[in-house]
Amino acid sequence: MKIVYVDNNATTKVDPEVLEEMLPYFSEFYGNPSSMHSFGGETGKKIKEAREKVAGLIHAQPEEIIFTSCGTESDNTAILSALKTNPGKKHIITSRVEHPAVKNLCKNLSENGYRVTFVPVDEKGRLDLDMLLGSVTDDTAIVSIMWANNETGVVFPIEEIAENLAEKKVIFHTDAVQAVGKIHIDLSKTKIDMLALSGHKLHAPKGVGALYVRKGTRFSPFLNGGHQEKGRRGGTENVASIVGLGKACELARTYIEKENTEVSALRDKLERELLKKIPLSIVNGETINRLPGTTNISFEYIEGEAILLMMNELGICASSGSACTSGSLEPSHVLRAMGVPYTAAHGSIRFSLGRYNTESDVDYIIDKLPPIIQKLREMSPFWQNRDRK
Amino acid sequence: MWDYTEKVKDHFMNPRNVGVIENADGIGEVGSLACGDALKLTFKLGNDEKISEAKFQTFGCASAIASSSALTEIIKGMSLEDAAKITNEDIADYLGGLPKEKMHCSVLGRDALEKAISYYKGETFQKKEGEVVCECFGVTDIEIQRAVTENQLSSIEDVTDFVKAGGGCGKCHERIQEIIDTVQGKVIPEKKTVPKMTVIQKIRLIEEVLEKEIKPTLKKDGGNIDLIDVDGNTVLVKLRGACANCRTSQVTIKNFIETKIQELVSPDLSVKEVDTDENRIC
Repeated sequence: MKIVYVDNNATTKVDPEVLEEMLPYFSEFYGNPSSMHSFGGETGKKIKEAREKVAGLIHAQPEEIIFTSCGTESDNTAILSALKTNPGKKHIITSRVEHPAVKNLCKNLSENGYRVTFVPVDEKGRLDLDMLLGSVTDDTAIVSIMWANNETGVVFPIEEIAENLAEKKVIFHTDAVQAVGKIHIDLSKTKIDMLALSGHKLHAPKGVGALYVRKGTRFSPFLNGGHQEKGRRGGTENVASIVGLGKACELARTYIEKENTEVSALRDKLERELLKKIPLSIVNGETINRLPGTTNISFEYIEGEAILLMMNELGICASSGSACTSGSLEPSHVLRAMGVPYTAAHGSIRFSLGRYNTESDVDYIIDKLPPIIQKLREMSPFWQNRDRK
Repeated sequence: MWDYTEKVKDHFMNPRNVGVIENADGIGEVGSLACGDALKLTFKLGNDEKISEAKFQTFGCASAIASSSALTEIIKGMSLEDAAKITNEDIADYLGGLPKEKMHCSVLGRDALEKAISYYKGETFQKKEGEVVCECFGVTDIEIQRAVTENQLSSIEDVTDFVKAGGGCGKCHERIQEIIDTVQGKVIPEKKTVPKMTVIQKIRLIEEVLEKEIKPTLKKDGGNIDLIDVDGNTVLVKLRGACANCRTSQVTIKNFIETKIQELVSPDLSVKEVDTDENRIC
């Protein structure tokens, strides 16, 4: 069956060039980079190269990059490090629409002696900057705001926030897992203190991530162990995946242009045609400052899981913010924070395109989705009675 | 991805009896857009007073649609009396089972059916009174009690899976636990108290109570208990592990073990610890 994969914010395909680069580091060059022999030393050199490539993509210094196991580990490391190095400060500021990696850590901390401010967003998913900056006090240990939202693709003004917070001398971390490789990031020109990124969102494998820590930022490790990563992250390096992440970042520098031209054009066509063909469909989130491949559309009066499963039967892979897909009973916290009405939140579908998507993928969805929506709406008791509401 | 049975997938992809019957004899509407699922069931009776036609409209996930489709198939050809006996479990069974987290979809079907039957009988179906326990999903204590009793639910998580209560803000978790405890306190003796037990039945029941009710609690403190003998109405036990050396072990026997056994097996029983040298380590 034809597979049309439009769930690139969930994970991406490993680029064949990335895979090729990784393969020798499983059973051929399997040395431990910490070893004293040159067999191990060879892998150490390769990690150094990877570090340079990751730094290159975001315009950082190589020594500012710490390799981790995933985006979640990077986020946890950043926030907990700020708290540990500022033991007297008990206040954290974040947003209401963060990924669970930050949201649930902050929720947990709020139950363990910390005060957390969750900054709201408006109906278009835009952050309330005044409230964010107004919430900063002498007690604030860290501000953690995502660069781009995984569900809606809405991009926050991170550089501007960093500039303002630097004046107030508050540590600023950004979860840039969705942004890296899709939008241009130049850390040499910003005041961001820490930044999390994840390999599998940019065509590297799952199980590898990185944390940028600006030179001069006080740091406390999350994983205590050996002297790997200059004592900032214990544990033998995941050599093959780190090599893969390096290659993926190198490739991302060349593909970022394509993401912002071809991929965004495909996304625009998909969005435009679906809205045209399907009545009562609404885009969630603002469309100006948005990731190039993401669109989140609500189809009113039907439920997202049902849409996903019907698309699945036709080989279309996407996600939903509905309650039934999350395993919880309430729709996505992001859509609820934006005040999206329940009629729309339950029927929201996220399409996230990437560089492997083609025009024919988009045409296939434009052709197949409208009858699915029609079929489910005909089954819905609210569809016929919608005018009465 | 949910692990749906082939039958669920079939009823979802090819739902039977979609629509609304004009001039229906029974109409039942349950759920809401806010809750994430809703079902409108209509049926018509034939000349033989049996359900000749049933149709549904559903807003919800795949299992809600499949449960509705299954419900219409189940009740077709049934008398109202038989239809009234359909439980949510019957719907789930018809589909070869539902994921635990999706059991509330089958409850939705059962609720719609009840409402449709009430409509036919001319009774104004009113949400049974009671205290609203879960404010997020508007679930009352009566609904929770019923789900706990009918499906032998034992945890808050179970209750959420079946009737959604507790699935939102979580403020009502304590109250749900109270309801579970109350229902279990009531249900177990009703089921277990057999007026005239044979000796073997009595011993088996005592063993069961020890295994399920008493050992888990003792094990939390590193203790354990063995059944040694049952002499008439005297249950002879031996405490093991941490309990064996515990100074308050006699209190444990009287206040906890004996109370449980009297409550769950028979009020005539008493519990004694057998005296062995092993118990006198300290």
